[in-house]
Amino acid sequence: MSQMTIAMQWHDWLALFGQYLLLSLLSISGAITTVPDMHRYLVTQHGWLTDAQFSSSVAIAQAAPGPNVLFVALMGWNVGLNAGGGIGAGPGAWLLGFFGLLVTMVGIMLPSTTLTYLATRWGHRNRDRRGVRAFKQGMAPVVVGLLIATGWVLAAGNHAGDAPAWHLWLLTAVAALIVWRTRIHLLWLLGAGALLGAVGFV
Amino acid sequence: MHPSPPGAAAPSAHPQPKSPRDLFVSFTWLALQGFGGVLAIVQREMVEKKRWLTPEQFLEDWAVAQVMPGPNVINLALMIGDRYFGLRGAVAAVAGMLAIPLVVILVLAVLYAHYAANPQVAAALRGMGAVSGGLIAATGVKLIPQLRKHPLGFATCLAFVALVFGAIALFKLPLGWVLLAVGGVACAWTWRRIAA
Repeated sequence: MSQMTIAMQWHDWLALFGQYLLLSLLSISGAITTVPDMHRYLVTQHGWLTDAQFSSSVAIAQAAPGPNVLFVALMGWNVGLNAGGGIGAGPGAWLLGFFGLLVTMVGIMLPSTTLTYLATRWGHRNRDRRGVRAFKQGMAPVVVGLLIATGWVLAAGNHAGDAPAWHLWLLTAVAALIVWRTRIHLLWLLGAGALLGAVGFV
Repeated sequence: MHPSPPGAAAPSAHPQPKSPRDLFVSFTWLALQGFGGVLAIVQREMVEKKRWLTPEQFLEDWAVAQVMPGPNVINLALMIGDRYFGLRGAVAAVAGMLAIPLVVILVLAVLYAHYAANPQVAAALRGMGAVSGGLIAATGVKLIPQLRKHPLGFATCLAFVALVFGAIALFKLPLGWVLLAVGGVACAWTWRRIAA
Protein backbone atom coordinates (compact mmCIF):
# COMPACT_ATOMS: atom_id res chain seq x y z
CA MET A 1 0.00 0.00 0.00
CA SER A 2 1.25 3.41 -0.85
CA GLN A 3 2.81 5.36 1.94
CA MET A 4 2.78 9.05 1.36
CA THR A 5 4.58 11.94 2.94
CA ILE A 6 2.71 15.02 3.99
CA ALA A 7 3.61 18.21 5.81
CA MET A 8 1.63 18.91 8.97
CA GLN A 9 1.92 22.32 10.61
CA TRP A 10 0.72 22.93 14.14
CA HIS A 11 -2.45 24.54 12.84
CA ASP A 12 -3.13 21.43 10.77
CA TRP A 13 -2.99 19.31 13.93
CA LEU A 14 -5.27 21.80 15.64
CA ALA A 15 -7.72 21.65 12.74
CA LEU A 16 -7.64 17.84 12.86
CA PHE A 17 -8.31 17.90 16.60
CA GLY A 18 -11.15 20.39 16.12
CA GLN A 19 -12.70 18.29 13.37
CA TYR A 20 -12.73 15.21 15.63
CA LEU A 21 -14.16 17.19 18.54
CA LEU A 22 -16.98 18.20 16.21
CA LEU A 23 -17.46 14.69 14.80
CA SER A 24 -17.65 13.36 18.36
CA LEU A 25 -20.76 15.44 18.97
CA LEU A 26 -22.22 14.43 15.60
CA SER A 27 -21.66 10.70 16.06
CA ILE A 28 -25.22 9.85 16.97
CA SER A 29 -25.58 6.07 17.00
CA GLY A 30 -21.87 5.41 16.96
CA ALA A 31 -18.60 6.72 15.60
CA ILE A 32 -18.99 4.56 12.50
CA THR A 33 -21.70 6.86 11.16
CA THR A 34 -19.14 9.67 10.87
CA VAL A 35 -16.90 7.61 8.58
CA PRO A 36 -18.16 9.30 5.39
CA ASP A 37 -17.34 12.68 6.86
CA MET A 38 -13.90 11.53 7.99
CA HIS A 39 -13.28 10.34 4.46
CA ARG A 40 -14.40 13.66 3.02
CA TYR A 41 -12.12 15.52 5.45
CA LEU A 42 -8.99 13.35 5.55
CA VAL A 43 -8.82 11.95 2.03
CA THR A 44 -10.76 14.23 -0.31
CA GLN A 45 -10.30 17.65 1.24
CA HIS A 46 -6.84 17.54 2.85
CA GLY A 47 -5.15 14.52 1.30
CA TRP A 48 -3.66 13.48 4.64
CA LEU A 49 -4.52 9.81 4.05
CA THR A 50 -4.71 7.69 0.91
CA ASP A 51 -7.93 5.89 0.12
CA ALA A 52 -6.16 2.60 0.85
CA GLN A 53 -4.92 3.80 4.24
CA PHE A 54 -8.39 5.01 5.08
CA SER A 55 -10.22 1.81 4.29
CA SER A 56 -7.51 -0.41 5.77
CA SER A 57 -7.83 1.51 9.06
CA VAL A 58 -11.49 0.63 9.18
CA ALA A 59 -10.96 -2.95 7.98
CA ILE A 60 -8.22 -3.68 10.54
CA ALA A 61 -10.36 -2.27 13.36
CA GLN A 62 -13.30 -4.39 12.22
CA ALA A 63 -11.21 -7.52 12.19
CA ALA A 64 -9.51 -6.83 15.53
CA PRO A 65 -11.12 -7.34 18.92
CA GLY A 66 -12.44 -4.32 20.77
CA PRO A 67 -14.87 -1.51 20.07
CA ASN A 68 -15.02 -0.37 16.46
CA VAL A 69 -14.18 3.20 17.44
CA LEU A 70 -10.53 2.16 17.45
CA PHE A 71 -10.47 2.75 13.68
CA VAL A 72 -10.21 6.42 14.67
CA ALA A 73 -6.96 5.68 16.50
CA LEU A 74 -5.56 4.04 13.37
CA MET A 75 -6.50 7.02 11.21
CA GLY A 76 -4.63 9.35 13.56
CA TRP A 77 -1.71 6.92 13.68
CA ASN A 78 -1.54 6.88 9.87
CA VAL A 79 -1.74 10.66 9.54
CA GLY A 80 1.16 10.92 12.03
CA LEU A 81 3.18 8.33 10.15
CA ASN A 82 2.60 10.14 6.86
CA ALA A 83 3.71 13.40 8.48
CA GLY A 84 6.84 11.66 9.76
CA GLY A 85 7.79 10.19 6.39
CA GLY A 86 6.33 6.70 6.79
CA ILE A 87 6.73 3.82 9.19
CA GLY A 88 10.23 3.06 7.94
CA ALA A 89 11.48 6.53 8.83
CA GLY A 90 12.34 5.62 12.40
CA PRO A 91 11.46 6.78 15.93
CA GLY A 92 10.43 10.29 14.85
CA ALA A 93 7.71 8.92 12.61
CA TRP A 94 6.53 6.55 15.37
CA LEU A 95 6.32 9.43 17.83
CA LEU A 96 4.27 11.44 15.34
CA GLY A 97 2.11 8.37 14.85
CA PHE A 98 1.39 8.19 18.58
CA PHE A 99 0.76 11.91 18.61
CA GLY A 100 -1.72 11.60 15.76
CA LEU A 101 -3.41 8.71 17.56
CA LEU A 102 -3.76 10.84 20.68
CA VAL A 103 -5.14 13.80 18.73
CA THR A 104 -7.90 11.82 17.00
CA MET A 105 -8.82 9.52 19.91
CA VAL A 106 -9.03 12.29 22.52
CA GLY A 107 -10.92 14.38 19.98
CA ILE A 108 -13.51 11.70 19.20
CA MET A 109 -13.94 10.64 22.86
CA LEU A 110 -13.83 13.78 25.00
CA PRO A 111 -16.98 15.71 23.99
CA SER A 112 -19.23 12.68 23.62
CA THR A 113 -18.23 11.00 26.89
CA THR A 114 -18.51 14.26 28.83
CA LEU A 115 -21.91 14.96 27.33
CA THR A 116 -23.11 11.40 27.92
CA TYR A 117 -21.88 11.49 31.50
CA LEU A 118 -23.72 14.72 32.22
CA ALA A 119 -26.85 14.14 30.17
CA THR A 120 -27.81 10.52 30.87
CA ARG A 121 -29.06 11.29 34.35
CA TRP A 122 -31.17 14.16 33.08
CA GLY A 123 -32.40 12.21 30.04
CA HIS A 124 -33.41 9.25 32.15
CA ARG A 125 -35.30 11.40 34.63
CA ASN A 126 -37.10 13.12 31.76
CA ARG A 127 -37.56 10.16 29.45
CA ASP A 128 -41.34 10.69 29.25
CA ARG A 129 -41.02 14.27 28.07
CA ARG A 130 -42.31 14.99 24.60
CA GLY A 131 -39.04 16.64 23.54
CA VAL A 132 -36.90 13.70 24.65
CA ARG A 133 -39.14 11.19 22.89
CA ALA A 134 -39.33 13.32 19.74
CA PHE A 135 -35.53 13.45 19.61
CA LYS A 136 -35.06 9.70 20.14
CA GLN A 137 -37.71 8.73 17.59
CA GLY A 138 -37.05 11.50 15.10
CA MET A 139 -33.40 10.56 14.78
CA ALA A 140 -34.19 6.90 14.05
CA PRO A 141 -34.66 7.13 10.24
CA VAL A 142 -31.68 9.51 10.01
CA VAL A 143 -29.47 7.00 11.80
CA VAL A 144 -30.58 4.19 9.48
CA GLY A 145 -29.79 6.30 6.41
CA LEU A 146 -26.39 7.17 7.86
CA LEU A 147 -25.47 3.54 8.45
CA ILE A 148 -26.32 2.53 4.89
CA ALA A 149 -24.39 5.53 3.52
CA THR A 150 -21.40 4.56 5.66
CA GLY A 151 -21.35 1.06 4.19
CA TRP A 152 -21.55 2.56 0.71
CA VAL A 153 -18.67 5.00 1.24
CA LEU A 154 -16.48 2.29 2.75
CA ALA A 155 -17.16 -0.10 -0.10
CA ALA A 156 -16.54 2.62 -2.70
CA GLY A 157 -13.21 3.51 -1.07
CA ASN A 158 -11.80 0.13 -2.05
CA HIS A 159 -12.01 0.89 -5.73
CA ALA A 160 -8.65 2.07 -6.94
CA GLY A 161 -8.52 4.24 -10.03
CA ASP A 162 -11.46 5.23 -12.16
CA ALA A 163 -12.91 1.90 -13.14
CA PRO A 164 -15.30 0.61 -10.50
CA ALA A 165 -14.68 -3.08 -10.03
CA TRP A 166 -17.93 -5.02 -10.28
CA HIS A 167 -16.59 -7.99 -8.31
CA LEU A 168 -15.80 -5.75 -5.31
CA TRP A 169 -19.36 -4.43 -5.35
CA LEU A 170 -20.61 -7.99 -5.70
CA LEU A 171 -18.61 -9.04 -2.64
CA THR A 172 -20.00 -6.08 -0.67
CA ALA A 173 -23.55 -6.87 -1.73
CA VAL A 174 -23.27 -10.58 -0.94
CA ALA A 175 -21.74 -9.81 2.49
CA ALA A 176 -24.58 -7.38 3.22
CA LEU A 177 -27.15 -9.95 2.13
CA ILE A 178 -25.65 -12.65 4.36
CA VAL A 179 -25.49 -10.38 7.41
CA TRP A 180 -29.03 -9.25 6.80
CA ARG A 181 -30.46 -12.75 6.38
CA THR A 182 -28.36 -14.97 8.66
CA ARG A 183 -26.76 -14.91 12.10
CA ILE A 184 -23.36 -16.13 10.95
CA HIS A 185 -20.40 -14.81 12.96
CA LEU A 186 -18.96 -11.69 11.31
CA LEU A 187 -15.44 -13.02 11.58
CA TRP A 188 -16.20 -15.77 9.07
CA LEU A 189 -17.30 -13.16 6.54
CA LEU A 190 -14.23 -11.00 7.05
CA GLY A 191 -12.08 -14.12 6.72
CA ALA A 192 -13.84 -15.04 3.50
CA GLY A 193 -13.26 -11.53 2.18
CA ALA A 194 -9.56 -11.76 3.00
CA LEU A 195 -9.33 -15.15 1.32
CA LEU A 196 -11.12 -13.99 -1.83
CA GLY A 197 -8.74 -11.04 -1.95
CA ALA A 198 -5.64 -13.14 -1.43
CA VAL A 199 -6.54 -15.58 -4.20
CA GLY A 200 -7.06 -12.69 -6.60
CA PHE A 201 -10.84 -12.54 -6.91
CA VAL A 202 -11.00 -8.89 -5.91
CA MET B 1 -26.84 6.72 33.99
CA HIS B 2 -28.66 6.06 37.23
CA PRO B 3 -31.64 3.72 37.05
CA SER B 4 -33.63 5.67 39.63
CA PRO B 5 -33.17 8.05 42.53
CA PRO B 6 -31.09 6.62 45.37
CA GLY B 7 -33.10 4.34 47.56
CA ALA B 8 -35.76 3.55 45.00
CA ALA B 9 -33.63 0.87 43.33
CA ALA B 10 -33.80 -2.65 44.64
CA PRO B 11 -30.86 -2.62 47.07
CA SER B 12 -28.22 -4.82 45.44
CA ALA B 13 -30.57 -7.69 44.70
CA HIS B 14 -28.20 -8.71 41.91
CA PRO B 15 -24.41 -9.02 41.80
CA GLN B 16 -22.29 -5.88 41.52
CA PRO B 17 -18.75 -5.07 40.45
CA LYS B 18 -16.46 -5.15 43.48
CA SER B 19 -14.26 -2.16 42.63
CA PRO B 20 -13.21 0.12 39.76
CA ARG B 21 -10.40 -2.36 39.23
CA ASP B 22 -12.99 -5.12 38.81
CA LEU B 23 -14.75 -2.91 36.24
CA PHE B 24 -11.51 -2.31 34.36
CA VAL B 25 -10.61 -6.00 34.20
CA SER B 26 -14.16 -7.05 33.30
CA PHE B 27 -14.46 -4.56 30.46
CA THR B 28 -10.99 -5.35 29.16
CA TRP B 29 -11.89 -9.04 29.01
CA LEU B 30 -15.20 -8.21 27.39
CA ALA B 31 -13.64 -5.97 24.75
CA LEU B 32 -11.02 -8.56 23.84
CA GLN B 33 -13.77 -11.07 23.00
CA GLY B 34 -15.55 -8.66 20.69
CA PHE B 35 -14.42 -9.32 17.16
CA GLY B 36 -16.40 -7.18 14.70
CA GLY B 37 -18.37 -5.39 17.39
CA VAL B 38 -18.76 -5.63 21.14
CA LEU B 39 -22.48 -5.16 21.73
CA ALA B 40 -23.44 -8.83 21.64
CA ILE B 41 -20.62 -9.61 24.09
CA VAL B 42 -21.75 -6.84 26.47
CA GLN B 43 -25.20 -8.36 26.59
CA ARG B 44 -23.88 -11.88 27.22
CA GLU B 45 -21.36 -10.88 29.91
CA MET B 46 -23.19 -8.10 31.76
CA VAL B 47 -26.69 -9.57 31.70
CA GLU B 48 -26.32 -13.33 31.43
CA LYS B 49 -22.99 -14.13 33.08
CA LYS B 50 -22.18 -11.43 35.63
CA ARG B 51 -25.77 -10.26 36.01
CA TRP B 52 -24.74 -6.71 36.85
CA LEU B 53 -27.72 -5.60 34.75
CA THR B 54 -31.23 -6.99 34.37
CA PRO B 55 -32.42 -7.41 30.76
CA GLU B 56 -34.74 -4.43 31.28
CA GLN B 57 -31.93 -2.22 32.54
CA PHE B 58 -29.80 -3.31 29.62
CA LEU B 59 -32.44 -2.36 27.05
CA GLU B 60 -33.06 1.01 28.64
CA ASP B 61 -29.35 1.79 29.02
CA TRP B 62 -28.72 0.70 25.45
CA ALA B 63 -31.40 3.01 24.07
CA VAL B 64 -29.84 5.95 25.85
CA ALA B 65 -26.30 4.93 24.89
CA GLN B 66 -27.43 4.86 21.28
CA VAL B 67 -29.15 8.22 21.27
CA MET B 68 -26.22 10.00 22.89
CA PRO B 69 -23.36 10.98 20.58
CA GLY B 70 -20.24 8.87 20.77
CA PRO B 71 -19.42 5.18 20.40
CA ASN B 72 -22.40 3.23 21.77
CA VAL B 73 -20.58 0.56 23.69
CA ILE B 74 -18.25 3.16 25.22
CA ASN B 75 -21.29 5.14 26.36
CA LEU B 76 -22.78 1.97 27.81
CA ALA B 77 -19.58 1.13 29.72
CA LEU B 78 -19.48 4.71 30.98
CA MET B 79 -23.03 4.47 32.28
CA ILE B 80 -22.50 1.13 34.00
CA GLY B 81 -19.24 2.27 35.61
CA ASP B 82 -20.80 5.53 36.74
CA ARG B 83 -23.73 3.75 38.35
CA TYR B 84 -21.56 1.76 40.74
CA PHE B 85 -18.54 3.96 41.43
CA GLY B 86 -19.33 7.40 40.02
CA LEU B 87 -16.72 9.12 37.92
CA ARG B 88 -13.96 6.70 39.01
CA GLY B 89 -16.05 3.77 37.86
CA ALA B 90 -16.90 5.44 34.56
CA VAL B 91 -13.23 6.11 33.84
CA ALA B 92 -12.24 2.59 34.84
CA ALA B 93 -14.86 0.98 32.60
CA VAL B 94 -14.03 3.14 29.56
CA ALA B 95 -10.29 2.66 30.07
CA GLY B 96 -10.89 -1.08 30.23
CA MET B 97 -12.73 -0.98 26.92
CA LEU B 98 -9.93 0.92 25.18
CA ALA B 99 -6.47 0.39 26.68
CA ILE B 100 -5.52 -3.20 25.85
CA PRO B 101 -7.52 -3.39 22.58
CA LEU B 102 -5.66 -0.26 21.47
CA VAL B 103 -2.32 -2.03 21.98
CA VAL B 104 -3.59 -5.05 20.05
CA ILE B 105 -4.79 -2.97 17.13
CA LEU B 106 -1.52 -1.04 16.92
CA VAL B 107 0.42 -4.28 16.77
CA LEU B 108 -1.87 -5.42 13.94
CA ALA B 109 -1.40 -2.11 12.11
CA VAL B 110 2.39 -2.32 12.37
CA LEU B 111 2.35 -5.92 11.17
CA TYR B 112 0.12 -4.86 8.32
CA ALA B 113 2.37 -1.95 7.35
CA HIS B 114 5.30 -4.36 7.30
CA TYR B 115 3.57 -6.67 4.86
CA ALA B 116 1.54 -4.08 2.96
CA ALA B 117 3.95 -4.10 0.04
CA ASN B 118 2.96 -7.71 -0.55
CA PRO B 119 0.20 -7.50 -3.17
CA GLN B 120 -1.61 -10.49 -1.69
CA VAL B 121 -1.83 -8.84 1.71
CA ALA B 122 -3.10 -5.64 0.13
CA ALA B 123 -5.65 -7.64 -1.88
CA ALA B 124 -6.74 -9.56 1.22
CA LEU B 125 -7.38 -6.32 3.05
CA ARG B 126 -9.23 -4.94 0.03
CA GLY B 127 -11.48 -8.00 0.23
CA MET B 128 -12.03 -7.43 3.95
CA GLY B 129 -12.77 -3.77 3.26
CA ALA B 130 -15.44 -4.68 0.73
CA VAL B 131 -16.97 -7.09 3.24
CA SER B 132 -16.93 -4.62 6.13
CA GLY B 133 -18.73 -2.06 3.97
CA GLY B 134 -21.41 -4.69 3.44
CA LEU B 135 -21.56 -5.49 7.17
CA ILE B 136 -22.23 -1.89 8.13
CA ALA B 137 -24.77 -1.28 5.39
CA ALA B 138 -26.61 -4.45 6.46
CA THR B 139 -26.72 -3.21 10.06
CA GLY B 140 -28.66 -0.24 8.74
CA VAL B 141 -30.92 -2.36 6.53
CA LYS B 142 -31.73 -4.61 9.50
CA LEU B 143 -33.07 -1.61 11.41
CA ILE B 144 -35.55 -0.64 8.67
CA PRO B 145 -38.40 -2.88 9.97
CA GLN B 146 -38.21 -1.00 13.31
CA LEU B 147 -39.41 2.08 11.45
CA ARG B 148 -42.80 0.50 10.73
CA LYS B 149 -44.05 1.55 14.17
CA HIS B 150 -42.69 5.08 13.76
CA PRO B 151 -45.07 8.00 14.42
CA LEU B 152 -44.20 9.53 11.04
CA GLY B 153 -45.33 6.45 9.16
CA PHE B 154 -43.21 3.96 7.28
CA ALA B 155 -43.18 5.72 3.90
CA THR B 156 -42.07 9.05 5.34
CA CYS B 157 -39.31 7.29 7.29
CA LEU B 158 -38.08 5.59 4.11
CA ALA B 159 -38.00 8.97 2.41
CA PHE B 160 -35.81 10.30 5.24
CA VAL B 161 -33.53 7.26 4.95
CA ALA B 162 -33.16 7.85 1.20
CA LEU B 163 -32.59 11.58 1.71
CA VAL B 164 -29.77 11.03 4.21
CA PHE B 165 -28.22 8.31 2.07
CA GLY B 166 -28.24 10.52 -1.01
CA ALA B 167 -26.87 13.56 0.80
CA ILE B 168 -23.98 11.66 2.43
CA ALA B 169 -23.10 8.84 0.02
CA LEU B 170 -23.86 10.41 -3.36
CA PHE B 171 -23.54 14.16 -2.87
CA LYS B 172 -20.95 13.95 -0.09
CA LEU B 173 -22.37 16.82 1.92
CA PRO B 174 -20.84 17.56 5.34
CA LEU B 175 -22.44 15.47 8.08
CA GLY B 176 -23.06 18.39 10.43
CA TRP B 177 -25.33 20.21 8.01
CA VAL B 178 -27.18 17.05 7.04
CA LEU B 179 -27.82 16.15 10.68
CA LEU B 180 -28.90 19.67 11.49
CA ALA B 181 -31.22 20.05 8.50
CA VAL B 182 -32.67 16.55 8.00
CA GLY B 183 -32.45 15.53 11.68
CA GLY B 184 -33.98 18.82 12.76
CA VAL B 185 -36.94 18.44 10.40
CA ALA B 186 -37.42 14.78 11.39
CA CYS B 187 -37.39 15.58 15.12
CA ALA B 188 -39.69 18.61 14.79
CA TRP B 189 -42.13 16.64 12.66
CA THR B 190 -42.09 13.76 15.13
CA TRP B 191 -42.66 16.20 17.97
CA ARG B 192 -45.83 17.42 16.28
CA ARG B 193 -47.07 13.87 15.71
CA ILE B 194 -46.67 12.50 19.23
CA ALA B 195 -48.92 13.47 22.12
CA ALA B 196 -47.49 15.58 24.90
